[in-house]
Amino acid sequence: MYSNLWLIPFFPLVGSIINGLLGKKIKNEKVIGGLATLMMFCSFLVACQNFFRLMGDSVKTHQVVIGSWMSVGNLQIDWGFLLDPLSAVMIMIVTGVGTLIHLYSIGYMHGEVGFYRFFSYLNLFACAMLMLVLGNNALVMFIGWEGVGLCSYLLIGYYFEKKSAGDAAKKAFVVNRVGDFGFLCGLFTLFWALGSKGVWTVNFVEITENAHLLQTGGLLVTVVTLCFFLGACGKSAQIPLYTWLPDAMEGPTPVSALIHAATMVTAGVYMIGRMNILFAMAPTTMMTVAIVGAATAFFAATIGLAQNDIKRVLAYSTVSQLGYMFLAMGVGAFSAGIFHLMTHAFFKACLFLGSGSVIHGMHHAYHHAHLHDDPQDMRNMGGLRKKMPITFITFLVSTIAISGIPLFSGFFSKDEILWWSFGSNRGHWLLWIIGAVAAGMTAFYMFRLVFMTFFGEQKTDARAKDHIPESPLTITIPLMILGLLAVIGGYIGIPAILGGSNRFEHWLEPVFGEALEMHHIAAHGAHATEYALMGISVAIAIIGIFVAWTMYIKNPELPAKFTAKFAGAYRLIFNKWFIDELYDFLFVNPCKRIGTFLWRGFDVKVVDGVVNGVAWVTKGIGAGLRYTQSGYLHNYAVAMVVGVVVIVGYYVFG
Amino acid sequence: MADNLLSLMTFFPLLGMLFVLFIPRDNDGLLKGFTLVVTLITFVISLPLAFDNVFATSGGMHYREFHEWINIGGFFQMNYNLGVDGISLWLVMLTTFIMPIAVLSTWKAVEKNSKGFMALLLLLETGMLGAFVSLDLFLFYIFWELMLIPMYFLIGIWGGKNRIYAAVKFFIYTAVGSLLMLVAIIFVYYYAVQSGALINGFGIQEFYKLNLPYHAQYWLFLAFGFSFAIKVPMFPLHTWLPDAHTEAPTAGSVILAAVLLKMGTYGYVRFAMPLFPDALPTFIPLLATLSVVGIIYGSLVAMMQEDVKKLVAYSSVAHLGFVMLGVFAMNMQGMAGGMIQMINHGVSTGALFLIVGFIYERRHTRMITEFGGLAHKMPVFATIFLIVTFSSIGLPGTNGFVGEFLALMGAFEGGLRWYAVVATTGVIFAAVYMLWMYQRVMMGTVTNPANESLKDLSAREVVVMLPLLVFVFWIGVYPNTFFDKMNPAMEQLLTQMGHKPAIVEVHHPAAIPAAHAVEHAPAAHGHN
Repeated sequence: MYSNLWLIPFFPLVGSIINGLLGKKIKNEKVIGGLATLMMFCSFLVACQNFFRLMGDSVKTHQVVIGSWMSVGNLQIDWGFLLDPLSAVMIMIVTGVGTLIHLYSIGYMHGEVGFYRFFSYLNLFACAMLMLVLGNNALVMFIGWEGVGLCSYLLIGYYFEKKSAGDAAKKAFVVNRVGDFGFLCGLFTLFWALGSKGVWTVNFVEITENAHLLQTGGLLVTVVTLCFFLGACGKSAQIPLYTWLPDAMEGPTPVSALIHAATMVTAGVYMIGRMNILFAMAPTTMMTVAIVGAATAFFAATIGLAQNDIKRVLAYSTVSQLGYMFLAMGVGAFSAGIFHLMTHAFFKACLFLGSGSVIHGMHHAYHHAHLHDDPQDMRNMGGLRKKMPITFITFLVSTIAISGIPLFSGFFSKDEILWWSFGSNRGHWLLWIIGAVAAGMTAFYMFRLVFMTFFGEQKTDARAKDHIPESPLTITIPLMILGLLAVIGGYIGIPAILGGSNRFEHWLEPVFGEALEMHHIAAHGAHATEYALMGISVAIAIIGIFVAWTMYIKNPELPAKFTAKFAGAYRLIFNKWFIDELYDFLFVNPCKRIGTFLWRGFDVKVVDGVVNGVAWVTKGIGAGLRYTQSGYLHNYAVAMVVGVVVIVGYYVFG
Repeated sequence: MADNLLSLMTFFPLLGMLFVLFIPRDNDGLLKGFTLVVTLITFVISLPLAFDNVFATSGGMHYREFHEWINIGGFFQMNYNLGVDGISLWLVMLTTFIMPIAVLSTWKAVEKNSKGFMALLLLLETGMLGAFVSLDLFLFYIFWELMLIPMYFLIGIWGGKNRIYAAVKFFIYTAVGSLLMLVAIIFVYYYAVQSGALINGFGIQEFYKLNLPYHAQYWLFLAFGFSFAIKVPMFPLHTWLPDAHTEAPTAGSVILAAVLLKMGTYGYVRFAMPLFPDALPTFIPLLATLSVVGIIYGSLVAMMQEDVKKLVAYSSVAHLGFVMLGVFAMNMQGMAGGMIQMINHGVSTGALFLIVGFIYERRHTRMITEFGGLAHKMPVFATIFLIVTFSSIGLPGTNGFVGEFLALMGAFEGGLRWYAVVATTGVIFAAVYMLWMYQRVMMGTVTNPANESLKDLSAREVVVMLPLLVFVFWIGVYPNTFFDKMNPAMEQLLTQMGHKPAIVEVHHPAAIPAAHAVEHAPAAHGHN
């Protein structure tokens, strides 16, 4: 029934290959971009078909196996797909948002030399991401997992002539590889752990069915899940592996929206969701996930407070929001985590695309005026709301959504997470406090961004300021659709306390229900408490907005005073807590030094020293022995005489 | 023809070499064209092996050829004894497959005395194929030596600036190993003769059944193991490799990486391990340690190289570490991973050496700092280079992943859990050194004016690379083509080693616990 699942990743793959091989010859941007977008749209249609079919189906888990991939001994790995409510949600997000961003890119990337290359990579990314979410076993997931890493590398390094882009691309891939190390170790341990109980498998369905063979809370399950969590930290930019994501903003803005906000970076959250049964069995891991998530949400938000590059603010905001998702997974709010993943995909994609629209306009103006100012620096913006009304409205709506203001999508998902982090038996009130404060900071820095960009006086160079246009339709249409979703996307998951029935949670129940029930994970508490917490978090958000308004609209001279007064703290935050420098000091430079030492010191001196020494000794002996073969007859005669004397002497005296 | 297929395949290049000797030395085109045709025909001769399903059903030796050869009245007997099984099958195929590519790579690169070069290449091919299909230890030794001599000259005559040093170093290392092996071979033979065991010349299949006492196995394993470890090369016996690779001409490097290094790993799988199964467990901790050290060491040193070719050479040390670790896991996954990684290394590293050759021919330098921004000038080259780079890094979907993953998983499931964990960090380092190199060579803007006028790959160069790229994806996406024919032979090998009753050594009681230190039951009994 679901046998056409393979078409979902297949369409973008075809698009990628065609554009990759022939794009240079096709040249026509409309054909190239149109083809790529069409492929995504086809894939979206197939995804919809399967989604609705699954809605009407009473059986919620379906596997489709295409063929065998590796078959060695007791290891059998298939090319297989898995459709269940979780992967169904993910394919809808990936193909839906993906199609919009492809459409957007046609306008945004107009005139680029590597236009075909861009779309080839973008399609390839979609293919890999869909493999990741649809894989029915850990290895197919890993293909997608690394595949999206590859595409991320290619797209961050899209402007490869810039050194910073090349560096960022490499950093992203290498840091992700650290995570992959965890993923692989987790996979090995899991395969072995289940195998020693007689079940050799990497298939997700079989893992879920047989997880009970492992001991709940045992060392094995904890190690396995911690290893997988390390993998998730890499892909989803959590502490300590988040440093690549802000640098990844070197890529073109649609890439930031699709890969580094809406889809790829959420893969870690998805992976935990996919293996929820194992995580539920390991309370220690869950606690670690929650703590790391909350810490990341907080920590990244602090950095976001002081950045001036529009995309960097959004990047840190993404890291912070991903932290919320991990917090959710860690306290057992699996469906809330996936819910936030979805609403975040809407509003953050909209925000990134909006910032792209702004950058596009700024770039246009600077180009017109032959200036080389930074089109991403918010200090050069201001007052753009009149120039770019559509961009402004969609951006504002999404900002309200991310700030957690009631009636907008972000409010429902974030509030659900905060409630669980307080009320769940795997939660803690401290986690709630951290989350709530981070929410306040989120509201602050997001409105700071809006105020600096769209309000107040325009600070753009006088020669350029009147040449900022609103973006073309291919850009604004996706903005409007995503903006709409950012408003209404939350209504499919209205919690019971607000009179809804949380249909989203019900939808995902076949995936998460068992784990939650078996391990008695639930959020408990009086309705009054829940209302109170909700009220407090909304109040904190409003305070954040108010502070931003005071500092950037009412008294624009305040920020300067403020930074002067707390210069040390400001410098620390502005320089991202010097984490990059710390990592260079701790890992990068020592590795280089060790490498050089091993090469110049050990290889050349020690090993070759021994080899050359042996050669030298041999040569010396040979040189010595050469004298015995001088060719002079009397030398030989003398030797013979000596020999005779010695032998005779031996027998006579011996 | 099937009766003599192996002989035909092995000696066809030698026959070709005889003809090459009669081609006028100044007719460069004819020399190269003829050699290409000979290697292609050899490849075609070997093709029926790849399509023969008998390997998928039976793990034994096939295509047997047996003739008595030298018999000195019971004092010394060796036979012309050939055969191929699932373990040697793909190495044979790799050899016949890589040779035409190597010949094509010489088109522009070898200009002086191409007659000698071609003759040596063909002689080398006979040596390599013979070594893979020999079932008589002494015959193996003859082919082994036959293969070293041409390589010595290829490096020494057609190499770079420092070629003499590199060739001598190559020779010293290899000669030491060969001598040890020769002594060990003779010892095994005389032990067998004296013990009155039923043997047939130096036939390894009879030798497998010898019940050598533990202490004899101990020393013999050491001798064989040392000799093969040089060839692999395993840390710390690897230092000949970077020099040999750097100085060798492109074709030499390709063959050296793709086939000659595999002689070492193949030697372990075919000879050292199954001949001395009781001594093996004693050495596995040491060998696994050296493999893991090789992975990390090779990666760290590769990272700091300034010469692209040297970087690739050191990456070989790391890749071969994965092969050895997989093989020593003593289970199906590990063995399969190790075996497929041998092929992968041939494909990917062979391709990398070709790539280095392409830029060397254009710029006559290999220093990383001389390059930068090449992607602008050579987009096709950039794409191919990128694919090969990621194959070498082991990106899933490419060949490198299948090999590394299975080798690591095998090691983890076997007794080498912590070794596997440490080795897995190798996947991080591989990304570091390869991507850093790629960035410095290909990305950025062209800063060196010498790179301004670089030409993209020619049609011939693309043709050279395409077959390799096909296998990068083929092995990555559907490795079962290869595993299906490998599995029975590996199962047989593991059973043979695992189920052999351990010999209780009365005189060396201390050695017994060590012999059981590593569990090596083949994991083939699990659930399928």
